[in-house]
Amino acid sequence: MRQRRLLGLEVNGTAAQIAVDPSQTLLQVLRDELSLTGTKEGCSNGNCGACTVLVDGVSVLSCLTLGMEMEGKSVLTVEGLAQGTRLHPVQQAYIEEAGLQCGYCTPGLIMSTVYLLKRIPNPTEQEIRLNLAGNLCRCTGYDKIIRSVQSAAKMLQEVQS
Amino acid sequence: MTQTRQGKEFKIIGQGIPRVDSVERVNGKAVFSADLTLQGTLHGKILRSPYPHARIKRIDAAKALQLPGVKAVITGADLPPLVQDTANVGGETAVQAGYMRQFLLAEDRALFHGHPVAAVAATTPQIAEDALSLIEVEYEPLPVVDDILEAMKPDSPVIHPELRTKSLAGASKDPTNVALHVVAERGDLAKGFEDADLVIEREYFVDMVHQGYIEPQACTVVVDSDGHMTMYNSTQAAFRQKIQIATLLDMPQSKVKVVPLEIGGGFGGKSPTVPELPTALLALKTGQPVKTVLSRTEVFLATGPAPDSYSYVKIGAKRNGQITALQAKYVLNCGCVPGAGLTINNILVGYSLYKAGAFRFDGYEVVTNKSRTLPYRAPGMPNGAFAIESAMDELAQALGIDPLDLRILNASEDGDIMTDGKKLPSTGLKATLKQVKAHPAWASPLLPGRGRGVAVGMRLEGAGVSSAHITANTDGTFNLVIGSVDLTGTRTTMVQIAAETLGIDVSDISVSVGDTDSVGFTDGSWGSRITYVTGAAVLKAAQETLRQLKERAALRLRVEPSAIEYRDRVFYVADNPEQRISLADLCRANVGQGAGAIIGYGVAGGMQLVSSLAVHVGEVEVDRETGKVYVVKYTAFQNPGLAINPVEVQGQMQGGAAQGVGWALWEGYYWNKGQLVNANFLDYRMPTFLDLPMIDAVFVGEPAKEGPLGVRGVGEISIVPPLPAIGNAISAATGVRMTQAPMTSQRVLSALQQHNGGSSS
Ligand code: FES
Ligand code: FES
Repeated sequence: MRQRRLLGLEVNGTAAQIAVDPSQTLLQVLRDELSLTGTKEGCSNGNCGACTVLVDGVSVLSCLTLGMEMEGKSVLTVEGLAQGTRLHPVQQAYIEEAGLQCGYCTPGLIMSTVYLLKRIPNPTEQEIRLNLAGNLCRCTGYDKIIRSVQSAAKMLQEVQS
Repeated sequence: MTQTRQGKEFKIIGQGIPRVDSVERVNGKAVFSADLTLQGTLHGKILRSPYPHARIKRIDAAKALQLPGVKAVITGADLPPLVQDTANVGGETAVQAGYMRQFLLAEDRALFHGHPVAAVAATTPQIAEDALSLIEVEYEPLPVVDDILEAMKPDSPVIHPELRTKSLAGASKDPTNVALHVVAERGDLAKGFEDADLVIEREYFVDMVHQGYIEPQACTVVVDSDGHMTMYNSTQAAFRQKIQIATLLDMPQSKVKVVPLEIGGGFGGKSPTVPELPTALLALKTGQPVKTVLSRTEVFLATGPAPDSYSYVKIGAKRNGQITALQAKYVLNCGCVPGAGLTINNILVGYSLYKAGAFRFDGYEVVTNKSRTLPYRAPGMPNGAFAIESAMDELAQALGIDPLDLRILNASEDGDIMTDGKKLPSTGLKATLKQVKAHPAWASPLLPGRGRGVAVGMRLEGAGVSSAHITANTDGTFNLVIGSVDLTGTRTTMVQIAAETLGIDVSDISVSVGDTDSVGFTDGSWGSRITYVTGAAVLKAAQETLRQLKERAALRLRVEPSAIEYRDRVFYVADNPEQRISLADLCRANVGQGAGAIIGYGVAGGMQLVSSLAVHVGEVEVDRETGKVYVVKYTAFQNPGLAINPVEVQGQMQGGAAQGVGWALWEGYYWNKGQLVNANFLDYRMPTFLDLPMIDAVFVGEPAKEGPLGVRGVGEISIVPPLPAIGNAISAATGVRMTQAPMTSQRVLSALQQHNGGSSS
């Protein structure tokens, strides 16, 4: 049997202490140990972006990150974006602009979008394409996702002004 | 945009309302099959053959079973005897039970690289993974049949000694790898070619590709103490999978229940069961829930990609462009077991686009040591269109005619006899082609260095059966249960139809996808049949609900039901509108008391097939030093009929076009003697954000005359034109004709070099 070790981290604003298998990735820790299944696995080797989360505010592929590396860090997943029932503007924009079909790539894309708009509040189409290129979507052809990101940028700017 | 049908104005149908299930898709709460973990769940992992073809001489699981945490190991030896060996359990794609089972779990032979040979259940996924390496398997490698054309040769090793070629002439005499030969013929072919002023003759190849859904297959199987099996999974076809599992495990269908969870893309690839069979054996053996989640590599290796193909096209035409003779031959790969039948027929029917004086079609399905192949969005039709639509383009070039004019000249008309002998339903083909010709996407001046290509796809849809029912609540709200899995917006579209019919708001009706115990038989979410067939079932269910409500209102108001009118949620007597009862009051007085529940059922099936038509215009730039093709502009024209939800329809058109462009330029399986070498998203190159332009989705045409709503299938046809549209655009940009898809940089570069070397063909 593999030996478990104690890991202390913050997830979506709440502190957690859990015993994990040191071979577990952050993705597995979130999904299997913390039951946060909003973060998806599409490939488990860094090629699809479905598992994207923010660690201390920076986007990270949770399938390529070991859980044990999260000691003392703060992780934000798709479950942590909404304030109660009030959706985050990025979530709202994906709904309004039909930026999702099956919705499997959506949590990862939303996290990548949040990260993008934090750094570049008003991105051009090309900047959106470059910054989201690590996230695959098989259903949409990306058109409506780009429109969702553009609309989210507008919404966020309105909130700020 | 307000939609009308027979003069009636719709309020809800035709509105691009947001998905009714969208919040749970943006906040991470939607439950996909890998997200479900039941109390006491064990984790399944599958051991796969590294050989494309080998005899399995011995499997020893003793060491694996000694590993703490391992609960069970199963192999083909755990399968019960198969009673209905030759029963067709495919649904959309005919496949015999015996062959299907052979594909899902090897018994005495591994038939392809990645073939499951054993499976483990353990307390954690990590332990199950560790246990796989402790299972000893002794293989004896066998000769590998890895190429469709080699497989057809008389001296090729034969994969299934019992297999004979099926054709109209019956079954062939000798063992063979050719499973099926379809022939269609009309007119005097030799004379047709004699009459031609110009003949074009070409061969085309299309590589094997994967549907590429981002969610890998996953399932949890539970067997209760009385032998009832429940399967929670990611499926396009819950009822077909119930039949499959029951047949393959020789259980009564009444003891198998399939609960479809949210599905992260399918595109045809999640119609049949895949990890469910070994997982069910593990659940039977352990008596505990077992959950299996496939890895991306397993998805590429062994779930069922789309067939690669060889094709040959010969067209003869008069100088004015009129086609005098058309001959086509297709060879499609079924993989290790026969049963890709639908693809050949789809391709054949696709040839009904054009009138040809004389016509001959030969379609072959061939078995090889590859994964079984499965439908992928308009199965086989991209392979079909790449050949004929490229050849049409070449013909237009040779004759100096605009490619759209050539198609307009030869376009079939409604009611023409199709290549399969049936009558062509309404397509609006000619009018659509003319519309495209006048559209800026085709007519605007082209920037220097760019090439523009056009291609057409047409198919018939709307087969299969669907069920739905609606129940009223005591507060005047309703629940709709549908049998169709929601691939992408089905719930929303169906609620729009029901709400429109019941004269209520979308928010007054909740919808759920039923499991196989809670709704009537419904065929898979395939064949672009949801809006057309399930939509018809929902319409019937809503009409029936309304009829029952009127009956109850009549009882209440003491008149005949025929005297009752309904408007704005009020039932009233036609000639005395003061005599009335509101919808809410009527439900309150009825459902939980009085005459009891109000349930409207709707079943639809055997519907007249309806056509869907797409014309795509692609614009490319080609880097002549690297061969890299840039898609700079892409316009998809499609006739959706009456679009229930135009935004969802656009999404389908864009998504299909993107997949087609991926296939056209980058996607393909790479093999080394039957071994798949690019089973990951890095080496199997699907389109990313950087690879595609915005995709203009333009609606053309009229509502369908077939069906009760005027809708047409919208989900699949958009993957058909991209391969030839891109190929034709490359030809327009460079003068080089590509005949092998994907048209990778490497292939384009070598074609350019050959062309520049002066050896143009
Ligand atoms: S699952 Fe992490 S990148 Fe695909
Ligand atoms: S919406 Fe299905 S993969 Fe993106």
